[in-house]
Amino acid sequence: MLDAILQPWPWYVSGPLIALVMLFLLLTGKNFGMSSNLRTMCSIGGAGKAADFFKFDWKSQLWNLMVVVGAVLGGFFASQYMSEDATIDLSENTVVSLEAAGFQNAGDAYLPEEIFGWEAVTSFKGLMILIVGGLLIGFGTRWAGGCTSGHAISGISNLQLPSLIAVIGFFIGGIIMTFFILPYLL
Amino acid sequence: MKYLKFIAIGFIFGIIMYKSEAVSWFRIYEMFRFEAFHMYGIIGSAVMLGIAFVQIIKRKNIKNIYGEEIQFTPKAKSVTRYLLGGGIFGLGWALAGACPGPMYVLVGTGAWSMLIVIGGALLGTFLYGVVRRKLPH
Repeated sequence: MLDAILQPWPWYVSGPLIALVMLFLLLTGKNFGMSSNLRTMCSIGGAGKAADFFKFDWKSQLWNLMVVVGAVLGGFFASQYMSEDATIDLSENTVVSLEAAGFQNAGDAYLPEEIFGWEAVTSFKGLMILIVGGLLIGFGTRWAGGCTSGHAISGISNLQLPSLIAVIGFFIGGIIMTFFILPYLL
Repeated sequence: MKYLKFIAIGFIFGIIMYKSEAVSWFRIYEMFRFEAFHMYGIIGSAVMLGIAFVQIIKRKNIKNIYGEEIQFTPKAKSVTRYLLGGGIFGLGWALAGACPGPMYVLVGTGAWSMLIVIGGALLGTFLYGVVRRKLPH
């Protein structure tokens, strides 16, 4: 049992547990959506002066920031005390394509050194990759009105057509990036 | 005290995200290349069970812990904003290898460079708020 916890969790354990997280939030009177906290943070930072979009009662959204605090603590706890190593058992084709794109040691850690390592972050190009990645995430999720949790999990669980359209959009963007930009990025 | 349960839910969420490897940049890359079932299994099984939960809540009229009706806010009808906004998010998701939940989980694992991605996401959210009236919805 303990060993099973320390190993990576299979999809059929993780997926249903994510549905339970959504259920907990519904039962506590909230909704599962991890991108709206960005709007709350902008409001707290005074963005309401620049745009009405940020003029709302952010205090009613503080619960959302508590979920964020919990997520950070959960990441710390799981990586420190619930894992033996942090390698990812990627498919062989994925490793081959990553090598061709200039990514060494694919799957030896959760994140590629080539994008998140110190050397990358301190170079202009590397810094731009992270900032632009974040920009696209923040802008896109608010325009689409949700991200993976809000649309792909919550929205489709509620059989909402807009969420299905949004997920199709996620994949169009993701495929363009993965096939036509990432291979030439490094 | 009323916030403690949300920290607890976030904590559980963070553990699941880490242990499922859904916070790994590599897993997202692999997913968009359709080279493994892993991420599809996670999202698919979450949605299957999620649909069951929502149907049970609606049919049995299950109340939340405060005894109130559970609200499902329907998303506004549109195609443009979901395809374009979704597409832009998808570009960022594949580039940074993380969606908004995992960004925070990764900071907890000590991946400090994720803070730059979060900074970018805050900036992106701000920019959207400024230009949103000019965008099709």
